[in-house]
Amino acid sequence: MRPTVEFLEEGLLERIVSEAIDILCKIGVEIHNKPVLEMLADHGADVRMDNYRATLTEKIINKALVSAPSSFKLYDSMGNEAVDLSEDNVNFTPGSAAINILDYETGKIRKPTTSDYIRYAKLMTRMDHIASQSTAFIPADVEAKISDSYRLFLSLLYCEKPVVTGAFTIDAFEIMKDLQLAVRGSGEELAKKPLTIFSCCPTSPLKWSDVTSQNVVDCAKYMIPVEYIAMPLAGFMSPVTLVGTLVQHTAETLSGLAISQLTNPGTPVLYGGSPAIFDVRYETTPMGAIETQMIDCAYNEIGKYLDLPTQAYIGLSDAKLLDAQAGLETSIGAILAALSGINNISGPGMLDFESCISLEKLVLDNQICGMTQRLIRGIVPKEDFPMIDRMEELLHEQHLLISDHTMKYLNEEHFMPSQTIDRANRSRYEEEGGLTLNQRAHQEAEEHLAGYKKPGLADDTVKDLVRLMEEEAKKYGMDKLPEREE
Amino acid sequence: MDILKQISESLQKGDHEKVAMLTSQAIEEKIPVKKILDEGLIAGMNVVGEEFKHHRIFLPSVLLAARAMYAGMDLIKPLMIRDNIPTIGKVVIGTIKGDLHDIGKNLVGIMLKGAGFEVIDLGNDVTPDRFVQAAKDEKADAVGMSALLTTTMTGMKDVIELMKSEGIYGKIKVIIGGAPVNREFAEQIGADSYAYDGMKAVEILKEYVKDK
Ligand code: B12
Repeated sequence: MRPTVEFLEEGLLERIVSEAIDILCKIGVEIHNKPVLEMLADHGADVRMDNYRATLTEKIINKALVSAPSSFKLYDSMGNEAVDLSEDNVNFTPGSAAINILDYETGKIRKPTTSDYIRYAKLMTRMDHIASQSTAFIPADVEAKISDSYRLFLSLLYCEKPVVTGAFTIDAFEIMKDLQLAVRGSGEELAKKPLTIFSCCPTSPLKWSDVTSQNVVDCAKYMIPVEYIAMPLAGFMSPVTLVGTLVQHTAETLSGLAISQLTNPGTPVLYGGSPAIFDVRYETTPMGAIETQMIDCAYNEIGKYLDLPTQAYIGLSDAKLLDAQAGLETSIGAILAALSGINNISGPGMLDFESCISLEKLVLDNQICGMTQRLIRGIVPKEDFPMIDRMEELLHEQHLLISDHTMKYLNEEHFMPSQTIDRANRSRYEEEGGLTLNQRAHQEAEEHLAGYKKPGLADDTVKDLVRLMEEEAKKYGMDKLPEREE
Repeated sequence: MDILKQISESLQKGDHEKVAMLTSQAIEEKIPVKKILDEGLIAGMNVVGEEFKHHRIFLPSVLLAARAMYAGMDLIKPLMIRDNIPTIGKVVIGTIKGDLHDIGKNLVGIMLKGAGFEVIDLGNDVTPDRFVQAAKDEKADAVGMSALLTTTMTGMKDVIELMKSEGIYGKIKVIIGGAPVNREFAEQIGADSYAYDGMKAVEILKEYVKDK
């Protein structure tokens, strides 16, 4: 039996959804994008151009729900299946778009560079329990206007895994799409084998900016999967109650679904989000708060009820260092998310309210993801009945270390963590340097980097990627991209 | 109890109706407007600020107090204008061009207003031109800029450069905030200060206008 956790009882879930639909059909959403408003009007929405408000209809919402696929897959840059976003499959991806990196040497944060990004992407090739990469942070050594596309470029160059990403402007979509076309060869291939997911955020309450609504539309045109990232902040930008915040989150997410599905029915989407409670003492949006995580798990239930694959920013921490708080918030989140069956869990590596990435934390979190994956495989008998023979074997041999049964099931039954997780006895631990978690994770990161192998992209593809990125950089006055190590 | 003390205490409780009533009464009693402001309203808000800082009260209580502050301010404002008494300061705030994050900036605006500042909020996606024009038109004491994106924080420097070429740099203080910026960055671009939240911004700006 797979262990699970549930937060919404049956009647409550339906009430949340119907309340959300009611809000969309009575208050509507504000969308700062004329073509999108016109499209909604064509489908029967009541639209007012002067205040950008569209009041939706149940018909629109149902249509969107029907055409949105209930699952999809991501393929790596070589075209191999890498992430299966269906049913209750659980996949991890690093938290994305951090502002800072936690520098191991100094223990302080700083703005990341190209070289940090390359280390990250290389490391991601070796994070076995994290199925996709994300454009995890913004290299600050390139012109700001290309920094969103540049991180996708580096990701594609150095790591085969599919990429969770997003554009910061309307214009950036173009190059970010072209980079993908260069990898896949054609729009048709890209639609058939999605390589990325774009995060698109409505603005709570009930609003879409021109940038993010246009990103949804542009992705839909190319069948590029979108994850809706609504961020109602309980007690501030949404009701203080978790239920109230869930209603608002549902309404905001469904409005995004309508935009993409009316643009191009069948575009893959993730029912996602990054809601949080608002901490009324510190004026912050804690991702590690238990209530934040409860909201995430609960909206996942709503997404599943609507027959959509899901995503959440969970399994991350607001700690500033790789300390006990970082471990506990990340683990609680990752475990709850996996028990809930959230399909794509965005979190590993992230600290400080989604603003700081730590490569050491990424290495630790990879272990947390591994443990979590083990957890949801649950407890199932494997040639355990009857056990009389095995007991006799044990009594006779004095141990089962080399029993056939052990050899057959050891790796399946026991998750083998890396040396970052300390399981040595104290004497050995001390003899091996008495390293802290941070030191062990750093050591592991260095080992992974030493063992790095480049993706098998064809030389021509690499050339195309470089040419596209250089041309884009030139447009914004950068004649040369920063040096890249092999 | 002294009526000014009553105003201060009602404000601390967030009772805007009572603050309005007491302020009217104080005006009728011919208590100098400046005194009502300083020893009633602002005195109360100072206590609220301290209480909040030490987690003895939470943000909602601060906003209730701020609302009570506005209730009092609305009544004394016409008299301040009549008697040429300046507000404690005027601040132009906005989120930098290309950036749509405005939650933090709005909160800072509420806090500043609550502390008695006049706040001209330009909204989000604000160009350098608009920042500088508003600062000049409004004869602001300070410009407050917010950025939440790595890609937009550099826009703050453009505003400062324009302030320089318009001859208002140094005369009008610049304060910045938002997740990607910090004190070092403020120094780098020539901003006068950085604040990590609304209360801190109040503290710093009050210091700037102290001698006004
Ligand atoms: C909420 C949020 C949003 C909301 C914003 C809603 C709104 N109306 O503002 C929405 C969903 C719309 C959004 C959109 C996007 N976001 Co956003 N967002 C956040 C989030 C989670 C919280 C910000 C927040 O409101 N915090 C609560 C407030 C109270 O705090 P605050 O803003 O920090 O403000 C306080 C202080 O900083 C200070 N302060 C702030 N301003 C000022 C000004 C002055 C003068 C002073 C003195 C002080 C001061 O005082 C405030 C009160 O305490 C942050 C994460 C983070 N760590 O900040 C990401 C974050 C900033 N967003 C991010 C991104 C990437 C985006 C998008 C580009 C995503 C996308 N692809 O669509 C878009 C932006 C589009 C655009 N062009 O602007 C990234 C930034 C990445 C980077 N390296 O630049 C972050 C870090 C999250 C992440 N890792 O992805 N976002």
